[in-house]
Amino acid sequence: MQLDAKIPAGPIAQKWDNRRFEYNLVNPANRRKYTVLVIGTGLAGASAAATLGELGYNVKIFCLQDSPRRAHSIAAQGGINAAKNYQNDGDSVFRLFHDTIKGGDFRSREANVYRLAQLSNLIIDQCVAQGIPFAREYGGTLANRSFGGAQVSRTFYARGQTGQQLLLGAYSSLMRQVALGTVSLFPRRELMDVIVEEGRASGIICRNLINGQLESYNGHSVVLATGGYGNVFHLSTNAMASNVSAGWRAYKRGAGLANPCFVQIHPTCIPISGTHQSKLTLMSESLRNDGRVWVPKQAGDTRDPAKIPENERDYYLERKYPSFGNLVPRDIASRGAKEVCDQQRGVSETGQAVYLDFQDAIQRDGLNTIRYKYGNLFQMYQKITADNPETHPMKIYPAVHYTMGGLWVDYNLMTTIPGLFAIGEVNYSDHGANRLGASALMQGLADGYFVLPYSMGDYLATMGPVALSDTNQPLFKEATESIDNQTALLLKNNNSKKKGLQTVEHYHRKLGKTLWDHCGISRNKEGLQTALASIPEIRAEFWDNCLVPGTGLEFNQSLEKACRVADYLEFSEIMVQDALQREESCGCHLREESMSVDNEAQRDDKNFSHVTVWFHNGKEKTATTKREPLEFELSKPSTRNYK
Amino acid sequence: MPEKKISLILKIWRQKNPDQQGKLVTYELSDISSSMSFLEMLDLLNEQLTIKAEEPVAFDNDCREGICGKCGAMVNGTPHGPERETTLCQLHMRHFKDGDTIYIEPFRSVAFPLIKDLVIDRSALDTVIMAGGYISVNAGSAVEANTHPVGRDVAEQAMDSAACIGCGACVAACPNASAMLFTGAKITQLALLPQGQPERKKRAASMVKTMDKLGFGGCTNIGECEKACPKNISITNIARLNHEYMRTILLADEK
Repeated sequence: MQLDAKIPAGPIAQKWDNRRFEYNLVNPANRRKYTVLVIGTGLAGASAAATLGELGYNVKIFCLQDSPRRAHSIAAQGGINAAKNYQNDGDSVFRLFHDTIKGGDFRSREANVYRLAQLSNLIIDQCVAQGIPFAREYGGTLANRSFGGAQVSRTFYARGQTGQQLLLGAYSSLMRQVALGTVSLFPRRELMDVIVEEGRASGIICRNLINGQLESYNGHSVVLATGGYGNVFHLSTNAMASNVSAGWRAYKRGAGLANPCFVQIHPTCIPISGTHQSKLTLMSESLRNDGRVWVPKQAGDTRDPAKIPENERDYYLERKYPSFGNLVPRDIASRGAKEVCDQQRGVSETGQAVYLDFQDAIQRDGLNTIRYKYGNLFQMYQKITADNPETHPMKIYPAVHYTMGGLWVDYNLMTTIPGLFAIGEVNYSDHGANRLGASALMQGLADGYFVLPYSMGDYLATMGPVALSDTNQPLFKEATESIDNQTALLLKNNNSKKKGLQTVEHYHRKLGKTLWDHCGISRNKEGLQTALASIPEIRAEFWDNCLVPGTGLEFNQSLEKACRVADYLEFSEIMVQDALQREESCGCHLREESMSVDNEAQRDDKNFSHVTVWFHNGKEKTATTKREPLEFELSKPSTRNYK
Repeated sequence: MPEKKISLILKIWRQKNPDQQGKLVTYELSDISSSMSFLEMLDLLNEQLTIKAEEPVAFDNDCREGICGKCGAMVNGTPHGPERETTLCQLHMRHFKDGDTIYIEPFRSVAFPLIKDLVIDRSALDTVIMAGGYISVNAGSAVEANTHPVGRDVAEQAMDSAACIGCGACVAACPNASAMLFTGAKITQLALLPQGQPERKKRAASMVKTMDKLGFGGCTNIGECEKACPKNISITNIARLNHEYMRTILLADEK
């Protein structure tokens, strides 16, 4: 069965205009009668809540952090793309659209991506007006830098802290609305369930993380802005609390889950150094502007990098992709690193690392210029590794970073549950099978500032004046009971004398290793089947032997984590099944069975030019899939060529 | 740098909730790798406590990259520990010696009530921002981004102030529990930029008033805040706060 993406009619450049004209409007005086629940305060959630508040809706926003400013958007380093063409280097809305579609390896929806490119310029205007201190040229105009997958310079940045600055901008707008009383803020709340009443999302159940109480909230619509699921791999560049739970609970209530196997593995992260590691740290892609990636030509060469002469180094990205060089898209750079490490040419004690070297750039531009561009990144690297990138090349290795897959949404950003919207990384919409650098910030803010506020108005206006759900009715009570039952199960070993009990962390680590080994940078049928066999075993073991101290009615971080891991143990199965059924290579998803003669990823447009959307059919029942076919009117699906 | 293993004696503040008395509890922890972060060292302790069916130490943390501002504790009496310009999550165990005793306590301030163990409530800092730490510009009403040129030096200076992560170390370090470095950083960022001018006076007055009301103390130029700040926010931000505040008060009749 096929899904209707509700793409507007008309030529692509007019689609968004057409749709905005089609949208019904809510009279300004009536807006306060509608309550919108927004979950998550990252770029998408904060910008959406602030904007809906500005428009006059009654907004409630929830985050699991102590403050909305902590959301993980804050950690984005490199920048945000926009088609301003300030550099006069040939950029345009169409070029940004085209680069993004091509970067996504022709697995995203043209109409959405075009709208994203159109809105990109408005975002920069908005952010500058909020007082975000973007980098400037000497004359006072905005500066740009280059990013992977593009040959124009269109990335706006604030040192290596662009995400922080954009998030603080959205957060300040949000807090202004909180002060004005249009938005109510509920920090330290974690979404536990979405309530669907008569086919519409009408409320949520949250855990108050301070006292453990379950709280019910009703709304005329619900917006999930809860980020990506990279932490299913245990080690990723995501923050510790980033999780899949909100999306997964929505899936279990009927929302379709699109292309969950599309997981971006970022090429430039600090390599794993020991078993104690709790997370992997990203080093911004912007470093590839000036850093050169290399490994020794000879396998097993353990000399100090400074002692390896130029002609014994293999700058493999420059060699294989002369036109894009070190700035190939992320999936290609990650694959390159794995390939050379598999050839035993990796560096560091583990052999799982490659060099990112700034010596040539320092000699060319001077140390001060390089420090100006990357100072804080160098400092971060040095703190973690105790090595100085100004004198020694950085060691880097790919790590799980961003998830292109997520809740399926139509052009209006609504999931398959009416009234349930998904914005930012939690949705599948704009990045296809691979996201280009500096595009996540663009999408989060486009969704929140400029798309959802319009489509939300249409949804509410079409619904008309409807009373809020009663939170005392059975639907809310049943959902609460079912969460209480789960809590009791998780806490059951608390006072038990049973032998062999393990921590939540133990099972998370075990699941992560299985996924990294079999559903990571490259995948094959046999490996995926192995993963599919082990996940239910780990899950069963988790429910039998997991030890969660404390009670459910207090501040309990072990319980928070246990709930998230319980969801990973279910979600991962669908992710692996999705990887198994997609018997082609595209973007981040490399199936070893689908490679071209020159060892590049081979797409199969004939059989896989579609989005695979998974649906839940109840406990212990097999999930089923539907498809959204992808049609390309303007861009011609071609083999991505960065050579 | 080669990895070493060390053992430590940890004295950690344990307090079940705000209503119960808290105390320092001693733990001996061995097999700590020198390449671990401070929080990974606490993870190790918590794993061991959990297996013994004891309650793990509650501590706030999230990004573990030094940017979200959620982590923080007093380590031997210093917010975020001994390394300059370093958040607790970026502090690595290679800076400690085998056999060291480490005291770990929550950030303490009247305005930061304790929740559990090392976890505190810093929502007072959000309240300060609500009082004016923004530019009132609705989505859609912005002018074209290059309309107002901003000199590179000014943008850089604004960025220095904007780098604040809102961790509250400045408050914890200050004998007066003042939040003037935090507030000054936001006021400075917005006062430097052309976009911040229309609300400049109102902002300074309102944020200072709110700060006082929340129980934060005043600045007496001790300088502990600057030293404790993991993002190297300079105390000149407080000078600018005072300047902006005086400007508001003295020029009150100017509209």
